[in-house]
Amino acid sequence: MQELRLYRSATRSTTISLQAALERGSVTERFVTRGFVGRRGTPGDPASDTARRVPPGQYLTSGFPVLSAGPTPRTALGQWSLSIEGLVREPSRWSWAQFMELPTRDWTVDISCVTKWTHLDMRWRGVSVDTLLEHVDLRPEAAYVVAWSDGGYTTNLPLADVVNGQAFVAFEYDGAPLTPEHGGPARLVVPARYFWKSAKWVRGLRILDHDEPGFWESFGYHNRGDQWREERYSGD
Amino acid sequence: MATTAITWQIATVASIQDETPTVRSFALHLPAWSGHQAGQHVDLRLTADDGYSVERSYSIASEPERGSEVEVTVERIPDGEVSPFLHDVVVPGDRIEVRGPIGGYFVWEAAFGGPLLLVAGGSGVVPLMAMVRHRARSGSSTPTRLLVSSRSFDEIIYREELGELAAAGDGLEVVHTLTRSQPDGWTGYARRIDEPMLAEVLAPLGASARTYLCGPTSLVENAANALVHLGVPTARIRTERFGPTGT
Amino acid sequence: MVDDPADRVADEVADAVLDGNAVAGALASVLGVEATSIPGRCAHCGTVSMVGALRAYMRAPGAVLRCPACGQVVLRLVETERSVYLDARGAAFLRFDR
Repeated sequence: MQELRLYRSATRSTTISLQAALERGSVTERFVTRGFVGRRGTPGDPASDTARRVPPGQYLTSGFPVLSAGPTPRTALGQWSLSIEGLVREPSRWSWAQFMELPTRDWTVDISCVTKWTHLDMRWRGVSVDTLLEHVDLRPEAAYVVAWSDGGYTTNLPLADVVNGQAFVAFEYDGAPLTPEHGGPARLVVPARYFWKSAKWVRGLRILDHDEPGFWESFGYHNRGDQWREERYSGD
Repeated sequence: MATTAITWQIATVASIQDETPTVRSFALHLPAWSGHQAGQHVDLRLTADDGYSVERSYSIASEPERGSEVEVTVERIPDGEVSPFLHDVVVPGDRIEVRGPIGGYFVWEAAFGGPLLLVAGGSGVVPLMAMVRHRARSGSSTPTRLLVSSRSFDEIIYREELGELAAAGDGLEVVHTLTRSQPDGWTGYARRIDEPMLAEVLAPLGASARTYLCGPTSLVENAANALVHLGVPTARIRTERFGPTGT
Repeated sequence: MVDDPADRVADEVADAVLDGNAVAGALASVLGVEATSIPGRCAHCGTVSMVGALRAYMRAPGAVLRCPACGQVVLRLVETERSVYLDARGAAFLRFDR
């Protein structure tokens, strides 16, 4: 039984002989474990609609894995606030009660995490970032955003990527209040990017004229994180 | 530090043994094994046909004296990704990628001495078993108490062997607590590990005991806090958290 | 005791913190030596702990190791297909004895 599998050279689309590949040093040999398949959903027919919605390198899940870089913050709603600050004429700030009075809408979106799970049709309720930005006057040089959270987490995005319905601050998931483990009371959601950009426990958006890599971006992860271009790590 | 620890090698499953209805031990033969210390672990890597791979760490159950055959003990987690494969598919003769030994923080050698307090929750007993087996093989008489928390009598891992080792009269005592169900006539502890229990188990050893705690994070943290409360210096306590039960 | 699903999730998340042991393999592959039995000093609060005693959050895009005393990030580790990234800025030092 063949146990070694030759993988195609990353830079060529044609297969080459094992000897040539080893000489070239550009191919990884992988030991394949007999009988191991792993637990992951397959999209089934590659031409199906579902398959087309799964970005490259991702696996379907129906669960909602909890990932965290630290202990779960638990901010009481009475202490909670959300602010927009930085390159705005006047910062804006909402208490929870005020935040709850803003116009909300429902979103059903596909979410991809860089750890390779993708969950289709996740249902959220929240406030569009557009709505929040209506309450501030952006200075002309405003071009980037840093979302910051309880517990010290940050992530960065171009301003252009969070406007026009591309991002929202969610406070409900699947019809129920967002639990602390999943980022509650409120988190940023940016469906067109790997989920590390959807900052849990978000407390503010800081508007900048320059890009400021956040917690993972400053350390090995891709600055933009577009799952359709498989932008996982810097250098991808 | 031997470089074999950092590179993957292909181990052959030499034999398989059931420890309990849900726990199974795998003896692995490694072509290039540099030896290990009790408490260390190995990483196993499983790779599917299409390159999808997962890795898991498993504590080494066997004592260093056993040579190039290394035993790991794995609890079958029903919705796990790796343990059901190991239990349901792997047979002797199968080959698995292994890396190790790994870890230097949670180790005990007979030369370290004691007194020794070992506290295990469920499959957390595995690295402590390596310590206990090593202790026996090295002829140590260091005063040692192993406190094991299991859900029920049938779920005690290494139950018989622990009984035999404790009967050897060389200073090892094994104390069990059964948290969910107890057999008729059970006179031992019948609750989760708590401070009064630890106080009683610790008493003959004294607060200077070297302590190793291993198991689910919540058990380990509660026990560590309790022991500090009982006067054991933090520096004498080493922990290996296994994470949540059921992963 | 009522088994509230929310409590179970909370417990599972709380339980998900491990020790520095959990990155022993990755650290050894990066540094070439066993690195969990070495002391490190937290750059934030100055506490010296063994790397194995750091509180490890593994369920993240990468591994984050925090000081057991003050909770600040001491080490971060990311493993990609081709590399391992190690950020040790949160450690004032890591001491490797000869």
